[in-house]
Amino acid sequence: MLIKSTKRSDESENQVTDETVFNSRRDVLKKLGFLGAGSLLGGSALANPLDWFKDERPPKFVQSELSFNVDTSTKQTLTPESQAINYNNFYEFGTSKSDPAKHAQSFKVNPWKLEVEGLVENPLTLDYDDLLTKFPLEERIYRLRCVEAWSMVIPWIGFSLSRLLKQAKPLSSAKYVAFETVYDPKQMRGQRSRFLGGGVDYPYIEGLRLDEAMHPLALMTVGMYGKTLPPQNGAPVRLTVPWKYGFKSIKSLVKIKLVDKMPPTSWNILIPSEYGFYANVNPKVAHPRWSQARERRIVGASVLDQKRIDTKMFNGYEEVTSLYTGMDLARYY
Amino acid sequence: MKPIRIKPWKIQTLRLSIHGFSNLLLGFAYYQALLGLVLGDPVQYLLDFTGIGALNLLALSLVISPIASKLKFAQLMPLRRTLGIYSAIYAIAHFYAFVAFELQFEWLIIVSEIIERPYITVGFIALFLLTTLLITSNRISKNWLKSRWQKLHNYVYISVCLGVLHYLWAVKTIGPQPVIYAFIFALLLFARRKKITNLFKK
Repeated sequence: MLIKSTKRSDESENQVTDETVFNSRRDVLKKLGFLGAGSLLGGSALANPLDWFKDERPPKFVQSELSFNVDTSTKQTLTPESQAINYNNFYEFGTSKSDPAKHAQSFKVNPWKLEVEGLVENPLTLDYDDLLTKFPLEERIYRLRCVEAWSMVIPWIGFSLSRLLKQAKPLSSAKYVAFETVYDPKQMRGQRSRFLGGGVDYPYIEGLRLDEAMHPLALMTVGMYGKTLPPQNGAPVRLTVPWKYGFKSIKSLVKIKLVDKMPPTSWNILIPSEYGFYANVNPKVAHPRWSQARERRIVGASVLDQKRIDTKMFNGYEEVTSLYTGMDLARYY
Repeated sequence: MKPIRIKPWKIQTLRLSIHGFSNLLLGFAYYQALLGLVLGDPVQYLLDFTGIGALNLLALSLVISPIASKLKFAQLMPLRRTLGIYSAIYAIAHFYAFVAFELQFEWLIIVSEIIERPYITVGFIALFLLTTLLITSNRISKNWLKSRWQKLHNYVYISVCLGVLHYLWAVKTIGPQPVIYAFIFALLLFARRKKITNLFKK
């Protein structure tokens, strides 16, 4: 089943800057010598006293092209790829937004093993190729709303989580789904030290209620911008739950476990007063440090390309409303 | 130990290069952010660059008097003012980036954020103090304020503490960088502990 009906909340690709155009613009600047000089002087010359002693970036991770069903429903401007892959919260590689792109380039994604287990009739193990071939891939242009009050519009590629779960056949006792990121301190510097990893107790864990997980919008994501995911965005497979704050969209998944009780989640363990289990995008419930009423949409590379917009309930994905009928979402934040 | 004395033009060169570097780096950061030459979020880039830049300059300005007294190198002392001025200018550039690019002149939200979010409140107080010191950093103000001038400029220690607190608080969780800064500034304040405890005794 392909979900292709156009809804109000669907995103569009019509105004996407073509990558070649975007890159050639950079080339022009490079030829003029701006980019080189710029990275010397600006970069993070003052950003971190330790950076002064660091050297060049390692060679870039190689992404491969994917074939997929293109999302043609159209409306909103995409975030340029360079913004989406260079501004990441992935504390396993460091707490600064530029750390993941800097420190994840040599991350190994093949071989990979993703296990679906727990209260299921048919436990599954997917290897790297399964992730890309077991289900037909489709593009979904989703809004990503971070709890820090910024947002992006990203063309993800993947398959509905519900398809995977249906294959595993959850038992009737299964009520929740627990997710787990790979634990590999050798490759992930943030996991080696609590200091670099922001105090999170790794592996990073997340959870959804089973009915949330079965919603067709919940996407097992293997690619973005037409290619496989780069490591800083959660390669080789991550979850994307567009109606919840970004931290619910757990990266580099190795385990999906069906359980009967609400599973613990990393940010909730770290600061329970700031991060709940549900974490639905909700303009009416403020975070202690960020008002959630409005957001800054990152739609260009310049500070002048930023749009301030109202944040919508469920990030504008009204079709999930029925999942929460009768729930006090101010209490269950 | 023998006091150090160098030719005045050398100090002058040092001072001019502080002017040059501070302006050039700040200009370049804004230039890059405006033209979209940075990877990632340009707003965050500008906020980080100016905020951390202000802390760096403040740290440099505070490290001068311990060095000058250790090495008996009094000629360095006027550089405190130069560095302090740029620290305030970077703090203003930081606030401007927040107002203009993060919240895009939505004044109602800006005011309520300053009041409601403790980390922004302390940052704003630090900014206010640094700006006051910037305005009164000239000779005319010094002559006019007389003995009150030093009292006023001792508030730099308060703005140091508030600035670091602002940084520690602004991040989602404690990472290495804010802690390193807290440590550096703690050392700088420790180096002048006698002076600071005297301030409290009065």
